[in-house]
Amino acid sequence: MSALAVVAAALQVVCVLAGAPLVVGGMRQVRARLEGRAGGGFGQPWRDLRKQMRKQQITPLGTTVVFALAPAVLAGSTLLIAAIVPLIALGSPLESAADLFGVVGLLFLGTVALTLAGLDTGTAFGGMGSSREITIAALVEPTILLAVFALSVPGESANLAAIVSATAHNPGQLVSPGSLLAFVALAIVIIAETGRLPVDNPSTHLELTMIHEAMILEYAGPKLAMVEWASGMRLTVLLALVANLFMPWGIAGADPSLLAILLGLAAISLKVALLAGFLAAGEVFIAKLRLFRVPELLAGSFLLALLAVTASYFLGTPTS
Amino acid sequence: MTQVTTYTGVLDLAAGAFLLTAVLIVWRRELRAIVRLLAWQGVALAAIPLSVGLNQGDAALIAVAVVVLLLRAVVLPLLLARAVGTEDHERRESTPLVNTTTSLLITAALTVLAYAVTRPIIALDPSPATRAVPAAFAVILIAVFVMVSRRRALSQAVGFMMLDNGIAATAFLITAGVPLIVELGASLDVLFAVLVLGLLTGHMRRTFGGTDLDQLRELRD
Repeated sequence: MSALAVVAAALQVVCVLAGAPLVVGGMRQVRARLEGRAGGGFGQPWRDLRKQMRKQQITPLGTTVVFALAPAVLAGSTLLIAAIVPLIALGSPLESAADLFGVVGLLFLGTVALTLAGLDTGTAFGGMGSSREITIAALVEPTILLAVFALSVPGESANLAAIVSATAHNPGQLVSPGSLLAFVALAIVIIAETGRLPVDNPSTHLELTMIHEAMILEYAGPKLAMVEWASGMRLTVLLALVANLFMPWGIAGADPSLLAILLGLAAISLKVALLAGFLAAGEVFIAKLRLFRVPELLAGSFLLALLAVTASYFLGTPTS
Repeated sequence: MTQVTTYTGVLDLAAGAFLLTAVLIVWRRELRAIVRLLAWQGVALAAIPLSVGLNQGDAALIAVAVVVLLLRAVVLPLLLARAVGTEDHERRESTPLVNTTTSLLITAALTVLAYAVTRPIIALDPSPATRAVPAAFAVILIAVFVMVSRRRALSQAVGFMMLDNGIAATAFLITAGVPLIVELGASLDVLFAVLVLGLLTGHMRRTFGGTDLDQLRELRD
């Protein structure tokens, strides 16, 4: 492992930190333009974060350490994911830990921390939001695990770097039914997990419909900034992960040169920008699903993930 | 070598799309969308004998593929689409006997069951075509489930068509197709069945104002 591989891993974390608000801002801008509004510009989430960081920290009466620590756990687990998944280069120093099951576990650590914080405030909205979030999370988790299982069959490993390099060496397996179904299933659960339309509307504060916003209603100032930043980072990391799992072109190898790292950075930025643009443009055309219809959508994506597993396991195109 | 892998890839994709359309038919409630999906299933079904025929250089099989494409992707869906009522309450499937979430989970279980029961068949002659048999078999099981769980006459007709599609796909995958004359006979049968079903649905709507079969089970004054 060279020093440059360590640089690449550090660069990943820095880029996710700096890029997440830009991704969120870009998605809002695309949506605003398509709806005929001027929009706040790409940098608006950064300006919001700066404003909130300067505010006074207010803690609601009666909340415990759970409420105080949740934003840090959420942000920390997301940054850890950003450090271990192969975004810019394959040979990260933490590569042996980059297990897809581990990443899913870290993802849900953040979710659970936030739900506990929502319960900790003791308000009606916090509890309602937490209950909804955990309902969705309980349905999302088996789907993610199954989709991951389907993806790890062709690479014969659940290690992310192994899957990505197997796909990069053999792009033909991308058009097999298994990986196509896994892609659709993963896309649906990532939309559900990051609270985008049609599962949750990220820009609503209407009490009947909100899920994510209801949990963080009691946060203010720097802690709110941290939660929002972390949500943006989750979205960015997951989009980048999907991009690299299904379009692994441009990623630097296990022993990268400086040029390869820069190339990898440019490639992943482009891919995330494209995916985020498509996601935002798609959101313009759909309305939020009724909460009681959400299990239907997630059961459907569970079924797709199951079909992906059966397809890649039984159909099993003989490895050529 | 590359030719063989392309053939396997196309065959796998066709079988996957075939199964996927069946799953989506279970998922959707809009009758027009269901009929459209049925047309796509016909396309996927036609791709199976086409790829097998091209691979084996069998002209008769390619002819069968063209017939299947015309009949199941164009003619039958058009006939069914005409039978969809124009009234608002007729355009959607009324609440199915089993709700959608449960239906999807049952579909998942049926798929796994199909894979389990077809393993001896695959073991007889493991080739790319027989390895895709579970997908076709799963469609048969899903079709039977659709037929028993839906209420509208048209969705039951769609279930019947899916059942026939599944049986045809199984035949293509296991034996590389039945003789041309048998295939034509079966296709003609299905065509007439759908014509009769379409007529019946139309009559039912005119006489009773709806095609909910559950309401026709008991005698009324």
